[in-house]
Amino acid sequence: MPADPAVTGHLHAQGPAPTGDVQLQLTDVHHSVRSRGSTVEILRGVELTARAGQVTALLGPNGAGKTTTLMVAQGLERPTSGTVRLLDQDPWRAGADLRSRVGVMLQDGGMPLAATPERLLRHVCTLYRDPVDMPRLMERLGIDEFARRDIRRLSGGQRQRVSLAAALAGRPQVIFLDEPSAGLDPVSRQLVFELIRELRASGMAIILTTHLLDDAQRLADHVVLLRQGRVVRRGTVSELTSTSEAPALHFRVDRAVPSVALDEVPAGLTVQAEPGHSSAGGGTPTGSSYVVHGAQRPSDLEALAAWWTRHDLMPTDLHLARRSLEDVFLEVTP
Amino acid sequence: MSGVESSLQPARAAHAQPLVRRVLSQGGYETWTALKNGEQLLVSIILPLLALFGTVWTGLLDTPTTRGIDLAAPGVLALAVLSSAFTGQGIATAFERRYGVLAYLSTTPLGPAGLLLGKALSVLTLLTVQVTVIGGVGLALGWRPDLAGISWAALFLICGAATFTALGLLIAGTTKPEATLALTNLLWVLLGALGGAVFPVPDVGIWSALAAFLPSAALGDGLRAALLDGTLDGPALLILLGWAILATLAAVRWFRWR
Repeated sequence: MPADPAVTGHLHAQGPAPTGDVQLQLTDVHHSVRSRGSTVEILRGVELTARAGQVTALLGPNGAGKTTTLMVAQGLERPTSGTVRLLDQDPWRAGADLRSRVGVMLQDGGMPLAATPERLLRHVCTLYRDPVDMPRLMERLGIDEFARRDIRRLSGGQRQRVSLAAALAGRPQVIFLDEPSAGLDPVSRQLVFELIRELRASGMAIILTTHLLDDAQRLADHVVLLRQGRVVRRGTVSELTSTSEAPALHFRVDRAVPSVALDEVPAGLTVQAEPGHSSAGGGTPTGSSYVVHGAQRPSDLEALAAWWTRHDLMPTDLHLARRSLEDVFLEVTP
Repeated sequence: MSGVESSLQPARAAHAQPLVRRVLSQGGYETWTALKNGEQLLVSIILPLLALFGTVWTGLLDTPTTRGIDLAAPGVLALAVLSSAFTGQGIATAFERRYGVLAYLSTTPLGPAGLLLGKALSVLTLLTVQVTVIGGVGLALGWRPDLAGISWAALFLICGAATFTALGLLIAGTTKPEATLALTNLLWVLLGALGGAVFPVPDVGIWSALAAFLPSAALGDGLRAALLDGTLDGPALLILLGWAILATLAAVRWFRWR
């Protein structure tokens, strides 16, 4: 995938791995677990590549296998079959050297509740010869505000930031973040996203899971959409959301469009209630949303305006948009 | 975007500290956690001390030939081993397992082996603190151990710590934290009182014959032989070593990290 040449040049000068180097490769990974006497196949042939200087986002509905994919990639689970190469090594047999180059933030944090962030993070840094400037990182993430409180007394978002800092203690080349934005307030989320962008620019390979499509849209260079243990779509956000069709036109009116009006939409256009909104004509508390397909020329907009005039419909919201990641997500989610 | 902060640049190469440094660090961290945990301090130091005071002040163990404190102090040291190695470490590990702490630490350069060695080091450090405090109080109360048996006593303390750490981890790594909490506390009382740790196994029929094979009885008998008579209780040492090996193998086989 092409990266911004300016950023790439900067990285070649400083970073340990040129942008684009493959840091993680999963090939035909299957993973089954035994549950109540029967075998459940969680991963069914996952293929995944993550590169230096890029954010790779695993997306998918609950139970799609995102966390299991990470665990297999981290060496916490041994796949039933298939190969995993993390920095050209098998993570299941990882020694301390490989682990010093990989940072992990688990979904539930994995932080000891009886410790304070300060003591824990200081301890984690002692495991590395050349750790991160932890006081500075704690300040950046706002951890210094609650550094001396027991972790058990921290909110979910605060714990989340502590486990991010712990994952970064060894200045890893590859970092795994399982739901990094879960529980974060908007300000912390912004802090974390800025940090992730900076880490990407420094040449780190970042692999994260999320079910917030907005996260992926804002952060990801590469999106891998999982469903039922399989990769169903992959590509850049723009690859996944672009279509050969003209962009869709979305509009909202404060009452439902009468069915008689829907029967006489201008030729060449289709008007549908917005998918993903509630059933009755795309009705929401603030009006009804519709999507118009087929508008390709200015005259199509003119025809649409005439149709609104005829039926006395005044849009309260109106925009042209490419397919969103949400559309792609809904397409592959049954 | 502003420039990349230099301290966040990925390290150029592997840079894990050597194993010894990692284990020392983990041991120090675990010891600090245990010492600042009020409940664990209660179980590790206060309750054994209460047992010591109780036996001395009630004169329960006094016999015409032996002073009660000389019999009680070795038993209380055995109880202290159960407290820190079995109950304390078991409960702490069980909750660390539930909250993903074990999984997280095993992804750091510490790794599973370093984590276990760090825990072992922490148990030995705590044990040193316990022996110092409990032994010191015992001496102040008039305990006069047989100095000839000090090295045997140390051997039994270390074997006992290994055995009960392995048993504690075995329970922590196979059951829910709540079950570990209940089981290790219950066994602490039972093994302490009836299992030959604090007192010699009560002479009630077949129980005394069976209980001699318990690790608690082996540890208690070994410490009493060493500190009361200055001798080595060979059979007790063999029983304790057997338990150490079995419990370690079982923990390695069945312990689950998550």
